[in-house]
Order: sequence, then structure tokens, then C-alpha cells
Amino acid sequence: MSKEWAELTPAEKREDRFKRWISPPGASFTSPQAAQAYKEKTTRLNRAFQLKEPDRVPVFLPAGFFAASNAGTNLHTVMYDYAELRRAWFKFLNEFEGDTFMSPGLVPPGRALDITDYKLYRWPGHGLGNNVLSYQAVEGEYMKASEYDALINDPTDFWLRIYMPRIFGAFDGFRKIPSLMSFQEIATMGFVPFGFPDVQASFQALLEAGRESNKWLAVVAEVGKAAMAAGFPGMAGGLAKAPFDTLGDTLRGTQGIMMDMFQRPDKVQAAMERLVPMVISSAIDAADFSNTPTVFFPLHKGADSFMSVKQFETFYWPTLKKVCLALVNEGILPVLFAEGSYNKRLEVIQDMPKGSVAWYFDQTDIIRAKKEIGNKYCIIGNVPTSLLMTGTPRDVKEHCRKLIEICGKGGGYILAGGANIDEGNPENLRAMMAAVKEYGTYK
Amino acid sequence: MSGDLVNLLADLKEEEVIALVKKKLDSGEDPYKVLDETSAGMAIVGKRFAAGEYFLPELVYSGEVLKQVNIILKPHLSKGNKQTKKIGKVVIGTVAGDIHDIGLNIVEFMLDVNGFDVTNLGVDVPVEKFVEAVKQTKTPVLGLSGFLTPAFDAMKETVEALEKAGLRKNLKIMIGGGQMDDEVRKYAKADAYGKDAMAAVSLSKQWYGVK
Repeated sequence: MSKEWAELTPAEKREDRFKRWISPPGASFTSPQAAQAYKEKTTRLNRAFQLKEPDRVPVFLPAGFFAASNAGTNLHTVMYDYAELRRAWFKFLNEFEGDTFMSPGLVPPGRALDITDYKLYRWPGHGLGNNVLSYQAVEGEYMKASEYDALINDPTDFWLRIYMPRIFGAFDGFRKIPSLMSFQEIATMGFVPFGFPDVQASFQALLEAGRESNKWLAVVAEVGKAAMAAGFPGMAGGLAKAPFDTLGDTLRGTQGIMMDMFQRPDKVQAAMERLVPMVISSAIDAADFSNTPTVFFPLHKGADSFMSVKQFETFYWPTLKKVCLALVNEGILPVLFAEGSYNKRLEVIQDMPKGSVAWYFDQTDIIRAKKEIGNKYCIIGNVPTSLLMTGTPRDVKEHCRKLIEICGKGGGYILAGGANIDEGNPENLRAMMAAVKEYGTYK
Repeated sequence: MSGDLVNLLADLKEEEVIALVKKKLDSGEDPYKVLDETSAGMAIVGKRFAAGEYFLPELVYSGEVLKQVNIILKPHLSKGNKQTKKIGKVVIGTVAGDIHDIGLNIVEFMLDVNGFDVTNLGVDVPVEKFVEAVKQTKTPVLGLSGFLTPAFDAMKETVEALEKAGLRKNLKIMIGGGQMDDEVRKYAKADAYGKDAMAAVSLSKQWYGVK
């Protein structure tokens, strides 16, 4: 790097980030072939993101927690037994080809959730049956309508003293922590609450969860490193959310935010604006830390079935776009995963620079998307989840062929599932791989 | 001007609706007439939702306004329940292992405003509970909701359990939600897949033989 980072143009920053991703400084590979494969895969993906034709259509295998069921275990077990987590993901790594590798980083450390008495989610063995292959958010009003100002005025204070005690039973003691403003001048009363037994118990729980999470991270990092050494790049450098979803999913809840759109729209807007810089900085940190130039956005409540186009344009899109453009300016590529369908959004979302983001579709009519936004953004998707789970490998391969022939035309396309599958016939995943090899080569 | 309660509610004018309901009751109007008017207003909300004019936020908000109206009305309605005529029973629920209820509640809302007597069993409903509910209510129509892929098997198991209990023959089963589609319908051996809440209404009407 000759110029200072801050002086680079967004295009130069992007080039620099992708260069470091494609040829990671200091990376070691298990063999020259693995090094070569890694370079080919990242280059392939990069060309697709840039709307160019790669050597062939890249593929994201939609293997969410598939590694667990593939290894004869389940999500519950790998959440609590890190040796099993390691075994399952290594097995997957050894058995499946792919252009990327899905890290076990989305399998949370079960004991850390237990220690903190996490209430926002249910997971197998904790509110869901042991055999369920997913964790799920519990709908609720975790931030009251009257608390918008607390969030807007001082998000960190709101988080620490109001929100965390509410969503983690073990952090109840944090309610008694004084506002950190009380540490101005010489501390007198300021330390006192930290001596209360319940406050100390909350901190103990936090420390313990931290220790537990580090045990978990050791395994996750080991698997990630091994995947890269074997020639598999990671798919996403980090996760981020649309400000509307942050507010609507786990703060106000679906009911709450939808009422607020009518009863206090100004507060909703102000809160989302307050979240924007926070989403941006944590996404940049994640991309820097992982040395991966993509940030993955699972988009929830802006889908066709959730709100009107006008509501999307008013409430959902502006702050999401602001976040995306800020990341684009930092050379990061946002991958926007539109859960549900976005058929009515294809016009609205065209107002960003060419190649700046990639759109990953779940149930959107991707053929139409190719026509309408395909020469503007890389599009990704969307073998139906139901087909992947209940169809035959032949059906899957045939569906992939059609997608490749239409969406793959001219480049700028990545084959992927509509959503992740967590169990089912492993041959259906292999059929996707076979399809890109057989039908996806660019001449 | 007193305004038209039906349309004020349909247009989601929260404050005007509340004020008008209070005024009507204060001036001695029949609370059951007020109740009928709110039902008519909600039916228009349902129609606008079906027509794509209203979306989930409007449904949620109308539900909130209705809740407030009901709180005001309730003390006036205690002299025995006037039963409105319903087309018939529909039992719905989200299958085991899945706790999502946004879609489920929309289906309940739409079936209700379209004249069905809905029993909503809630989320993460075990197979046995579906069997028990079908047995108890003798419902001819059952709706299974699910958002995630684990619901595929849970739906299949629910349908199989109903078969085993000998309840399948006179029962129509529809499925919907998230990752469901006609492939899943075949896999689970249900009778129909509905892509949205309006489909749940038209399937139920079709099975009940009403227009």
C-alpha cells in the first residue's frame, strides 16, 4: 500500500481488499494445489461480483447446519460438544467440494447461552426439541415504545442497563449499574453498586460466558483455518442487519414496529438513523478482522409480504442503503440476502452504483431479477429449498441447469439455494456442484 | 359530525374510532350494533389486505385499534353473548419445532374476518395436540403453518398421525408459510398448499362449499 488508506478511492479500497482476499498475506496451504484452488475460487467469485464472466459459474452450497446431520449428529450436540462440532465440520470439509466453505461460526456455544440465561432465542434442548435443527427468535417487545428516547440518546447505556438485563436473565444485576457518567471527577459513590452481590453475580456470568466462548472459538477458528488451508474461502466477512430489522426483530418486535410505523414514525426514523453508524462500524470491523471483503445482510421485514412498496421506500430502504453505501465507500461488498420475495422491490433497489452490491434471492422470481437488475448487480440464488430437501439429485441438477443457462448468461451470477438446508440427501448438494461444472463453464 | 365507524376503522383512524365508539355508547346506542360495525370495518381491512392495498403493518395496527375498541365495549356486552353466524370451524397451528407465528396470525385474522370460527393452537404444536384438537372440534379443515425447513418433517408426521388416528378421511389439510410450497405439500401428503392468507380463506370456502 503506497497511499494512506483514507486517501484511497472506494474503487482502490475495493481492489485492495479483494487483492488481500485472493492472495492473503501470510496464508499457508496444505499443498500447492490447495493454494491454486483457493486463488481460483476467490477470483471466480470476484469476477462474478464485478458482473464479469468467470471461468465458470460459482456456487454457494446452502449447507447451514448440514454438516451436523451429515455427521450423524445434530445441532443440539454440536452446540454443546465442541469436539463433535469439530468432527462434523471437518467431515463436511473432506467430503464436499465447493467454491466456499460455511464456517461453524453460526453454531452458537450452547453453554454460554445457558450461563447468561438468554431469553431472545430458543434452541434445541432449550425450548425446542433436541432434534430440531435450528434456533429461533422469540417474538417479543424487548424495547418498550416509551424507550425510544433512551435508545436514541445513549445507545450504549440503553444496551447495558436496560436491554441486556431484559434479554439475559443472568445480567439482571446490570440494572443497578450506575450511569457511567457518574465517574466524573473523583470516584466516591461510583464504585459502590459494583460491590452489590447481584451486580457481581452478573459480571461473573459475563466472565464465565466469555471463557466458554473462547473454548468454542478455538474450534471455530481451527476449522476456518483448515478450510482455508485446504483451498476454501469463507463466504462472508461478517454479518450485518438492516436498521429496520434490528429495531423490528429484537428490539420492538414485529407487532411493536408495525404499530410504531403509524403511531410514532418519527421515533422509528430517528432510532434507525442512530443505528446506522453502529451497523457500519461493526461491519467494517468484521470484514477487517476476517480479511474477507464481503458482508452478508440477512434481510427480514422489508419483503413483499411484510410491507407495501411505499412503506419499503419510506421505512426500510433509506437507512439500509445508507449502510451499504458507507461500506461500499470502504471497499466492502454488501451481499444482500432477501429472505422471502422481493418481486415488488426490483425497481426501488436499482439506485446504487453498478456492481456495488450483490443480491442473493430466496423466493424472488430470479429470471425476472436477471432481466431487471442483472446488468447492475451480481445476482445469487435460488434453487428452492423444498426441492433441495425433498427432490431427487436429478431434479436438482436439472433445475440448476435452467438457472445457469438463463441467469448465468454474461456472468454476474452465482448459483445458490433459496435458503439453507440443514438435513436431507447429500447427493442434492453434490448435484449443484455437478451442475456448475457441467453447464456453467464460460467459453 | 358523528362519522361512519365502519369506514373510520377501515381507514385506521385510531383516535376518531375511539372517540366515536365512546360517543355512541354514551348516547345509548346498542353496543351490539357498534360491535357489528367494527366487524364490518375489520372485514374491509381484510378485503384491502387481500387486494394488496394493505399490508402487515395495517393488519397489526387495525388489530391494535380493535383491541382498544373491545376494551371499551366489553363492559356493555355482558348481558349474554350474541353469537354471530359462522361458516364453520377451521383449526390452525404452527407445527412442532417451529415457533413462528406472524403468518399464522395473519391467517387467523383473515379466516376470522371472512366468517370462520378459528381455533388457533399457537406455535410449536406437538403432533398429539393436533390430533386431539381435530378429534375434539371435529373440524373438517386443518391449517398447518411452518416457516423453517424442520417444518417439512413435522408436517409429514402430523398428517401421518392424523391418518393413524383414523381422522384423515373427512379432513382437508392445507399448509403454508416461509419455505413451504407444493413440493412440501406432496412430501407431507397434505391436500393443498396456500401461498398466502387469502389462499387459506379461499381453500376453506371451497372445502365448505361456499362462494
